[in-house]
Amino acid sequence: MTTMTQTRKAAAAAGLLALAALLPLAVTEPSQQNFLILILMGAQLGVAWNIVGGYAGQVSLGHAVFYGIGAYASTMLLLTLGLSPWIGAPVGGLVAVLFALAMGWPCFRLKGHYFAMATIAVAEIVQVLVTNSDLLEGAVGLTLPMDRGGLGWLIFLSKLPYYYVALGLLVLTVLASWAIERSHIGYYFRAIKDEPEAARALGVSLTRYKLIALSVSAFLTALGGSFYAQKEMFIDPGSVLATSVSIKIALIAILGGVGRLLGPVLGAVILITIEEYSRTLFGSTGSGTDMIIYATMIILVAVFSPSGVLGLLGDLRRHLPGGGRTAAEPGKMEARP
Amino acid sequence: MNTAPLLAVDGLGKAFQGLVANRDISFTVHHGEIIGLIGPNGAGKTTLFNCLAGFHTPTSGRIAFEGRDVTGSTPEAAAALGIARTFQIVRIFQSMSALENVMVGAMLRNKRVAAARERAEAELSFVGLSHRAAVPAGDLTVSEQKRLEVARALATEPKLILLDEVMAGLNPTEVREASALVHRIHLRGIASIIVEHVMEGIMPIAHRMLVLDYGAKIADGTPAEIAENPAVIAAYLGE
Repeated sequence: MTTMTQTRKAAAAAGLLALAALLPLAVTEPSQQNFLILILMGAQLGVAWNIVGGYAGQVSLGHAVFYGIGAYASTMLLLTLGLSPWIGAPVGGLVAVLFALAMGWPCFRLKGHYFAMATIAVAEIVQVLVTNSDLLEGAVGLTLPMDRGGLGWLIFLSKLPYYYVALGLLVLTVLASWAIERSHIGYYFRAIKDEPEAARALGVSLTRYKLIALSVSAFLTALGGSFYAQKEMFIDPGSVLATSVSIKIALIAILGGVGRLLGPVLGAVILITIEEYSRTLFGSTGSGTDMIIYATMIILVAVFSPSGVLGLLGDLRRHLPGGGRTAAEPGKMEARP
Repeated sequence: MNTAPLLAVDGLGKAFQGLVANRDISFTVHHGEIIGLIGPNGAGKTTLFNCLAGFHTPTSGRIAFEGRDVTGSTPEAAAALGIARTFQIVRIFQSMSALENVMVGAMLRNKRVAAARERAEAELSFVGLSHRAAVPAGDLTVSEQKRLEVARALATEPKLILLDEVMAGLNPTEVREASALVHRIHLRGIASIIVEHVMEGIMPIAHRMLVLDYGAKIADGTPAEIAENPAVIAAYLGE
């Protein structure tokens, strides 16, 4: 890439960030601010998923397990030891990393669809275990204490502080993803996705780099889970460990464009918007319509644009006069058995 | 030239559930040597490559590289030791540019992206693909993709490179260029084993030829000796 496009990209990123930082000045209605927070949360999860599912091409449909670990770890540390989520969330992230290593070791022996199916199974098992755990209050769920507040405890009365914490978490996640994309690890991930045997012949250990991808993704996803707990102040298996959570996380990235840094951000804007409108349209329960929407989106993406909305935009630009082809599409979703 | 062999294969055998693909193959390769590996289809050439590069675990025998036993090592371990390979059916990274493909190879020795880029540019220039560096690898011609695989393998700084039919499907000019490329690899002190059906490409440059038939080595000698060997003639022409 030339320095020209580099500076232009940096300027665009700075502009986008400034816009996001100033947005709450225009959007003051709490319910609308909440909607923006949901987009930031979805984007953060999508960017985190993209590290393993997009760049490294290992499609996980069990990311709720890391989300749930983050939510339960920080909440349990707060309830039992009185630890602030500033400590609890990173600890939850480390627990998620350990879980990712234990889960990845056997699951990465499976390829393609079989790996995806194994991740669903693992997430389902954890959901059942937590639902039946007395320690974690089972299906009743955990409620965060109301007697604390402020930045030190990440509990706020208004929506605005949550907005900025969510934005900070998204920026952190994007920076992590960006650093990986630019380093040798990012190149190795793409090599593993494209041609695993050729990658091995060049000295790339598949197990090692897949585990790195899953661990980083798990850590960041767990941070997202802790944030959810702090924002909602209540968690149960249905809200943080459900299969629909896993599918939503994957879909955000796939919809926006896998293997592209900001693809999932675009995916989150689209998916969360549709979700919220359908909620007002079909009533507040939404759990049934959610799944219908996800299924429809999956079919649309699979049929019309396997490289997501970003890929679609790239195709359009290429067909316009003056829009030359720059590089191969890094984001193409390829189903390889 | 170093007198201790770079590669020593002793009694190598590989069977796939009763189907014997390699049987009792022994040979040595010295530093910088060009070895032609020929034989009729199904003779076990690619299986031998896969054993040497760590993709198959031999059923019997042993492989020593620089005096160290490497029998049954993994492909990534073989690459780290200095055994590089290309694939019979090209396996390039489609989502990357030509340069990025080679950078992945260079990263084996230097994880810094800038250093890997420098190294990759040098290897692309070595195989004559500098002008195609920014092109998506999938848009290269088959001949270019084969050279790209060679550049990628060379970027790992190997001591031995296994070339699997890099001349197949090339026109006569391209075959001459490929022969010249193999010779220039030799001049860098890198040994090569070349599986090839294109005799006019391999015979003029090989120092030694190995001939396989039905999984066993039937001849080992200079190209001139091989051309007159009755067993080789029988294997190729039938008895």
